[in-house]
Amino acid sequence: MPTVKVNVFRGDASGGELKRYDVPTDPGMVVLDVVHRIQATQEPDLAVRWNCKAGKCGSCSAEINGLPKLMCMTRMDTFEEGEEITVTPVKTFPVIRDLVTDVSYNYEWAKTIPAFKPKPKEADGTRRMYQDDVERVQEFHKCIECFLCQDVCHVIRDHEEDKAGFAGPRYFVRLAALEMHPLDTNDRTELIRQKYGLGYCNITKCCTDVCPEHIHITDNAIIPLKERVVTSTYDPVGWALRRMRGKPATLAAGEPEPPSA
Amino acid sequence: MNDAVKRHEYDVVVIGAGGAGLRAAIEASAMGVRTALICKSLLGKAHTVMAEGGIAAALGNVWKEDNWKVHFRDTMRGGKLLNHWRMAQIHAQEAPDRVLELEEWGALFDRTKDGLILQRDFGGHRYARLAHVGDRTGLEMIRTLQDHAVHRGIDVFMETTMFRLLTEDGRVSGAIGYDRQKGELALFHAKAVVLATGGVGKAWKVTSNSWEYTGDGFAMALEAGAELIDMEMTQFHPTGMVWPTSVRGLLVTEGVRGDGGTLKNANGERFMFKYIPEFFKAETADNEAEADRWYEDKTNRRTPDLLPRDEVARAINAEVKAGRGSPHGGVFLDIASRRSAEYIKRRLPSMYHQFMQLAGVDITKEAMEIGPTLHYIMGGVRVDPDSTQSTVPGLFAAGEVAAGMHGANRLGGNSLSDLLVFGRRAGLYAAEYAKRLARMPLLDEQQVSRRSQEILAPLERRGGENPYALHAELTDTMQDLVGIIRTADELRQALTRIDSLRTRAARCAVASGRVYNPSWHLALDLRTMLLCSEAVTRSALLREESRGGHTRDDYPKPDPDWGKKNVVTRLRDGQVELRTASLPEAPSELRALLGEEKPSAKVAVPAGAE
Repeated sequence: MPTVKVNVFRGDASGGELKRYDVPTDPGMVVLDVVHRIQATQEPDLAVRWNCKAGKCGSCSAEINGLPKLMCMTRMDTFEEGEEITVTPVKTFPVIRDLVTDVSYNYEWAKTIPAFKPKPKEADGTRRMYQDDVERVQEFHKCIECFLCQDVCHVIRDHEEDKAGFAGPRYFVRLAALEMHPLDTNDRTELIRQKYGLGYCNITKCCTDVCPEHIHITDNAIIPLKERVVTSTYDPVGWALRRMRGKPATLAAGEPEPPSA
Repeated sequence: MNDAVKRHEYDVVVIGAGGAGLRAAIEASAMGVRTALICKSLLGKAHTVMAEGGIAAALGNVWKEDNWKVHFRDTMRGGKLLNHWRMAQIHAQEAPDRVLELEEWGALFDRTKDGLILQRDFGGHRYARLAHVGDRTGLEMIRTLQDHAVHRGIDVFMETTMFRLLTEDGRVSGAIGYDRQKGELALFHAKAVVLATGGVGKAWKVTSNSWEYTGDGFAMALEAGAELIDMEMTQFHPTGMVWPTSVRGLLVTEGVRGDGGTLKNANGERFMFKYIPEFFKAETADNEAEADRWYEDKTNRRTPDLLPRDEVARAINAEVKAGRGSPHGGVFLDIASRRSAEYIKRRLPSMYHQFMQLAGVDITKEAMEIGPTLHYIMGGVRVDPDSTQSTVPGLFAAGEVAAGMHGANRLGGNSLSDLLVFGRRAGLYAAEYAKRLARMPLLDEQQVSRRSQEILAPLERRGGENPYALHAELTDTMQDLVGIIRTADELRQALTRIDSLRTRAARCAVASGRVYNPSWHLALDLRTMLLCSEAVTRSALLREESRGGHTRDDYPKPDPDWGKKNVVTRLRDGQVELRTASLPEAPSELRALLGEEKPSAKVAVPAGAE
């Protein structure tokens, strides 16, 4: 295979620039292999995050020719011969160094999501769930936390100021997984409306398009959550039920209320 | 140079956040002690996420006949009886509770028709025993533990590598390392430390392991005065991808064979029937018809495609050497001709995508090309079977870094259950130990300053060797000379090369800058990989027999005397020192469960394959 021209972002929190490298390639190589080859032979301190190299851990997210992708699953032979390839860090999160960004925004949101709370076991001491019922949620459990959906989401991609009131598609998937779990009893609907900012999403499906696990984020997670919020907030029966069940999880005093779903 | 050290204080510090580390931290914090969890990568990215096929636990949901005794027997026999019987017993007894506990924390396993957890067949397990989620069980497990852990008040330190343990009078007082993101030195002053750092696959060229697998825990334990056992026991998983080169070694789940896939050579022959060793003859089908019936009817004998991994890896190696391999130097794994496309995509979705995207192969239409890949280290830190405490007070170990549970060969599916069972125990006993300790151990400031200098040393050298080039030389050495089939000559050559690499690694220079500088990290990891490689190679030279994951061409048979011995590694004055120790003997009521005698026959190699 030929030598390819690759532009890689080099820099840190204070700024940086694209630097061009000529890299000899072998058949079957992926973009991550090319980055590793630059590291081993030209730039020993080129920073890149990776683990499994098989699309299972979601560590090597980047923007390749401007598109959010996993470097380990992007084959070099998908580019035209002679095409220049540009690899930049995901844009939504602050750069630490080179291709590595600070994704702590995600881990902070994860901490705030009320935990799974199962209903009592069956009389015989077992948990019985049927394949058809778990499959819907298993789709959400495929998430590898690559945060590409967070990266592409225009609510936070160009609006740093909205990050505090918007959990992002990854956590809508997580919330959907909990809300639709056959055993879960926690009610997070109020929080989804008030705290996690579901109402900011105007279902442009960018998240679904970039998901390497092909999770139908918009159709299967976000829209059903929006329906739940609407039913629970504006449907009188839902409202009455909520009153009878007692106080669901809500905002702490002083927390701002984002737009409705 | 700024050598300021950021200091933290905890009761229990868990190093490693895969299945074992997460489970240990959850248990320790549930015991009410201050708990820190330290991981080299981001949380949720540890190697557990790569586990595919399932968690072995005798739930008896698919086959009522299954119970802990059968699981114990399978584990011991799979390990060629070199396992610590008590660990195998605890594991078999506690695994079902640990799996059910994951369900209480939100895990969603595939279901039986009755709505219970479905179980699948795997190599060496008499019954379908592996609780699973398609072929992404590890992801389900790590995410469940992660989501459970974040609500437990555990402090998590991501992208932080621990370099050395600290001790006071021979017992643990903490650990020191560095924060990769900031480049700062990080010191954890602690009453107890749990090692959950996995193995050292990155010392080999063809491996299923990620960059994290550099033997940190083995090295830290040795250097703190702990003992390792049976480091020669290395598992080559029979089915790794072989092409394209850039993905060589990437894991292909045993679930492919568990779900009906079969191994074939270039002539289309199902060659495993030629490689059934005497030890497994009574329970293994010797013809294709019976092997195929076994999937549905367990009164038949098991297909030889699902012999334990060591047997299958050696058989593949022999077929390739005999010239009956596939175009890229492996053999074929065929499920396309045996199961429907719909079944394959449902049961093995990530295998389908992995081959489609990385190799351009549609596994529902054509056979995969696969070959052995270094996957797992059975050897490791010698621990007390009940408490997981090492020979150093206050130092505990669980998961791959610990030894004893799997003997000479680990069965597929027994790792995820091992992580849960012994991860929990490590957290529990480390917390109890910490509670019993009257005061914080004292920090030896000289140790702190010496270790700090060692961590920073590569940054201060100029014009030395390139750590990436040295790493490539090490992986070539281990691949070529300490591989599936070993000889005394080659092992001695390997030791010479490791010795010279160590001298050169001490001169390793790296790029400047402390923030996320991978050349600096690799230079430090080389030290641990080299120490572990020496321990593996010396142990392999000492054990003059073939057993499980250790095959000596010059000693091709299992030796009953060696079958009663562990190879013990420790450091004395900085030098690796080996001895043997007697393997604890199981009580008679457990021995009775094992059935047939210890292996005595030659490792099966058919005529023409040698």
